[in-house]
Amino acid sequence: MAILIKNRRIVADGWRLLDAHAAEAALADGESLLLPLALWLERRDSLPERRAPLGVWLDSHEGPEAIAADVARFQVIAVNFPKYQDGRGYSTARLLRERYGYRGELRAIGQVARDHLYYMASCGFDAFLLREGEDPQAALEAFDDFSEAYQASPARPLPLFRRRA
Amino acid sequence: MYVYDQIDQRLVDERVRQFRDQTRRFLEGKLSEDDFRALRLRNGLYLQRHAPMLRIAIPYGLLSSRQLRKLAEITRKYDRGYGHFSTRQNLQLNWPKLEQVPDILAELATVQLHSIQACGNDMRNITSDHFAGIAPDEVVDARVWCELVRQWAMLHPEFNYLPRKFKIAVSGAAADRAAVAFHDIGLYALRDDAGEIGFRVLAGGGLGRTPSIGVTVREFLPWRHLLTYLEAILRIYNRFGRRDNLWKSRIKILVRDMGAERFRAAVEAEWAHLADAPSTLTEEELRRVESRFTRPAYLSGLADDTPESAWAEPGFTAWHRRNVHAHKVPGYAAVTLSLKKTGVPPGDVTAEQMDAIAELADRYSFGELRVTHEQNLVLPDVRRLELPALWRAARSLGLATPNVGLLTNVVCCPGGDFCALANAKSIPVAEAIQRRFDDLDYLHDIGEVDLNISGCINACGHHHIGHIGILGVDKNGEEWYQVEIGGNQGRTRPGDGAPGPSLGKVLGPSFARADIPDVVERLIRCYLEQRDSEAERFIDVVQRIGVEPFKERVYGDPHQEPAHRRGRLATA
Repeated sequence: MAILIKNRRIVADGWRLLDAHAAEAALADGESLLLPLALWLERRDSLPERRAPLGVWLDSHEGPEAIAADVARFQVIAVNFPKYQDGRGYSTARLLRERYGYRGELRAIGQVARDHLYYMASCGFDAFLLREGEDPQAALEAFDDFSEAYQASPARPLPLFRRRA
Repeated sequence: MYVYDQIDQRLVDERVRQFRDQTRRFLEGKLSEDDFRALRLRNGLYLQRHAPMLRIAIPYGLLSSRQLRKLAEITRKYDRGYGHFSTRQNLQLNWPKLEQVPDILAELATVQLHSIQACGNDMRNITSDHFAGIAPDEVVDARVWCELVRQWAMLHPEFNYLPRKFKIAVSGAAADRAAVAFHDIGLYALRDDAGEIGFRVLAGGGLGRTPSIGVTVREFLPWRHLLTYLEAILRIYNRFGRRDNLWKSRIKILVRDMGAERFRAAVEAEWAHLADAPSTLTEEELRRVESRFTRPAYLSGLADDTPESAWAEPGFTAWHRRNVHAHKVPGYAAVTLSLKKTGVPPGDVTAEQMDAIAELADRYSFGELRVTHEQNLVLPDVRRLELPALWRAARSLGLATPNVGLLTNVVCCPGGDFCALANAKSIPVAEAIQRRFDDLDYLHDIGEVDLNISGCINACGHHHIGHIGILGVDKNGEEWYQVEIGGNQGRTRPGDGAPGPSLGKVLGPSFARADIPDVVERLIRCYLEQRDSEAERFIDVVQRIGVEPFKERVYGDPHQEPAHRRGRLATA
């Protein structure tokens, strides 16, 4: 069972992720579902009646522009990191937070390891589905790897030079 | 020198702590080879042929005597008593032990040095003009801008996992001494008619497998927007740069594939969102960073000439002509300590030399040094009165070879002797060429020639921008060498007439290692016959008459029988 960290705590994961090939039939039940982008785009106009919480997940090559107008409809947006070194999701996260005003849960999924967490959190992720084999206690310590940053980011909206006394 | 404040220091210390923990986890088997690879590269640690290699960033080439002494100490304590200055203002140690690297990094941090982002797919050490702040042709002192970019690039949360490595260079003088056009982003600091500072922004330059000259993205970017504009370029690259093929993932390929126009439009569209965001620089921040640089206490009103008595001493004139450079403060000069003595791998320096050089810096140059991308060291602020004494001291240390800008000032990567990527050795080729051209009068008569050698297509020796460039290639397990001519690192002399950046053209089939000195000799003979005066340099002649006459000279008359040609030089 994959471990989910949210707001620096280990929590239960109430969401089910539908993979990119999920059939439409999967939408019928009342679970909390994370839809692949393609399915969301296909069904976005026929889904408003669903009562259960709704989320979407973006793969690393899928830009946030595709859901820019819809972000208020999602309780969770997940961004996939298919490889340890695929850094596109960091930009996706910043755009969702800083440009498209998304305030809900932003979840990193895929190859999410302890040593990514500080940067992911800086870019606006607040939930992390750790990859198999990660030590959850060690992961919780990762958020304190650095106590400061020069750059502006969702975690620190002003760059260091504008925060100096 | 830029002096860290508490936060600068804390971040570097925290990085050491982080890497110590990562190394511990790796050694305990809790981190895989692959994961640890990504992490160690971001801390300068590379695995080479024999041992790990630790690359230490010398930020934009500025080095203090105190730092150099620490480097000497580290090479003694953790390595084999020497280091290698690379073509990117870095120092590389060839023999550290993995388990000791966290200790080395901790020692570096005590003198405000680090290896952060020295390797890996991230923003690398910012490089600059080694004469920044002292050159008479300077328009803007690049150092403060380098430091602002260094801070912005360091541990940038969004751009820590780029498609590929990313190199930024900054220059602020009329002459380009930083090969700016061959960087992922090149910044030329300028002043507009009102005297306001701004930047000509280039993107998509680079060497390696697909050498490219950067395209201008912005003609004049007002300085306040520097960081937001960099952020826009990096974001376009991070999002859209290719990640499926290692050889097509540099920003130059993205620029090429999109076309300069579309790339520029994409950057501008992204920047339209970021313009005037909080990362827009302020006058206050600029002054703050400027004020953290120490400045030499120059004496004023000094005579601007070198003592007459020295000229009579044999060797001084040649050294003065090649290794002493003009300074913007009267009475001072910059001096290059050549790390290109024949028989010593280019850029290598021993711990004893490091200590001695630190001593020279303290005595003659306010305790400061510069590292050049041509793998030499510079004492930037020497009183002209003291040049003779410095020359004698440098000579006794083997650091006064009068060859800066000349053929034997070979720029060279570590090559097959050390590097796991290399197809061929490069150091012995450099040495063979240096031995062939050991006659100083002849060498000085030939005049300025940039000769660069890379042991493989990754081009760490910058062979594409050597006036003569030599590339090691592998043919069926054998080492061969391809020769290019006509490359040029940039407008190294002020003025519109001087040749700008260009890429070398391959002469033809490659050569056996033993033939390389002959090939270079033939190129030089051809040049000497063709030049219209001593003022016309090798590169000027290549630009004027093209590659063909050189090719004929090297390969012989094309109408001759192939067998006869093969008899002259072994080619493949």
